[in-house]
Amino acid sequence: MAFTNEQLERYSRHILLKEVGAKGQKKLLNGKVLIIGAGGLGAPIALYLAAAGVGAIGIADLDTVDLSNLQRQVIHTTADIGKAKVQSAKETMQAINPDVQVNTYQIYVNAASIMDLIQDYDFIIDGTDNFAAKFLINDACVLQKKPFSHAGILRFGGQLMTYVPGEGPCYRCVFREPPPPDAIPTCRQAGVVGAMGGVIGSLQAMEAIKFLIGKGDLLTGKLLTYDALTMEFRRIKLPGRKDCAVCGEHPSITEPFDYEVPACDLKAEGESHENSPEL
Amino acid sequence: MTIIVAGDKKEYAEGTTLAALIEKENIDSPQYVTVSLNDDFVESGAFADTVLKDGDNIEFLYFMGGGA
Repeated sequence: MAFTNEQLERYSRHILLKEVGAKGQKKLLNGKVLIIGAGGLGAPIALYLAAAGVGAIGIADLDTVDLSNLQRQVIHTTADIGKAKVQSAKETMQAINPDVQVNTYQIYVNAASIMDLIQDYDFIIDGTDNFAAKFLINDACVLQKKPFSHAGILRFGGQLMTYVPGEGPCYRCVFREPPPPDAIPTCRQAGVVGAMGGVIGSLQAMEAIKFLIGKGDLLTGKLLTYDALTMEFRRIKLPGRKDCAVCGEHPSITEPFDYEVPACDLKAEGESHENSPEL
Repeated sequence: MTIIVAGDKKEYAEGTTLAALIEKENIDSPQYVTVSLNDDFVESGAFADTVLKDGDNIEFLYFMGGGA
């Protein structure tokens, strides 16, 4: 595949980088990344991956755009209110870069749908807003040996880690089981600074790009935490867990399953909800 | 003894347990916090019996479930 003149110009700042170059840009153009959740994290991820020329980008979310989303979900505009998030995201991504194929999945991502959904992708990104979805994505990716990026954001904080099969612990190694309903506040309950999705989502996009071009060190075996109030990033080394229920030596989880989504995460009346309970 | 708590060097009395450390450090909802000590996770049931020693490196890993 030769670059067109337009591609050479569009991707010139990538091609200039020795770690990317023409070869890396071709890897990006041939790359397939799935973003689960077109919200606070998913928005910047989708924007940057589309701009970078990642060839096929899947985006899954059941919801429609709500006014309360626009404080942080920068891929959607006021004119998109009421529109399916995946459609709104696709339109913005293709307006940025028509090179990119955007696959939309306006579906309930659950144990029944996730295995088929992730199958065709090289790298999966968790941009969901609830623990049931985060554990589901982890389990499905471990079972299908798919690399993925986990992230969570809340108030002025965020964290992320990357799982690559055989190269470090999974999300379940660290956190075992979802916390009981209401034990840990959600963004819906506790709030989040919109730019937090930009910081952490951009870091997730960076992990996907590094994975696709095969350069640099990923956050495997490490949890990167960010506190915006103290402006401190910390990269915490994560131990493995030999008895992990899904990636351990004798796994008890051999197929994905759904945790119940806490009632407080359910869609409030008259208010659209980002990913729960569908993701 | 000097131990490293979430990246910071701190002085604690010999014999301090992980449970005592968690209390002193005001860790919120410790039952939902994953604790790593050096290169291993410590189960919450073992906090009271885990006696810290000089040079130990303790990290607290918090659930963060938001994203949308």
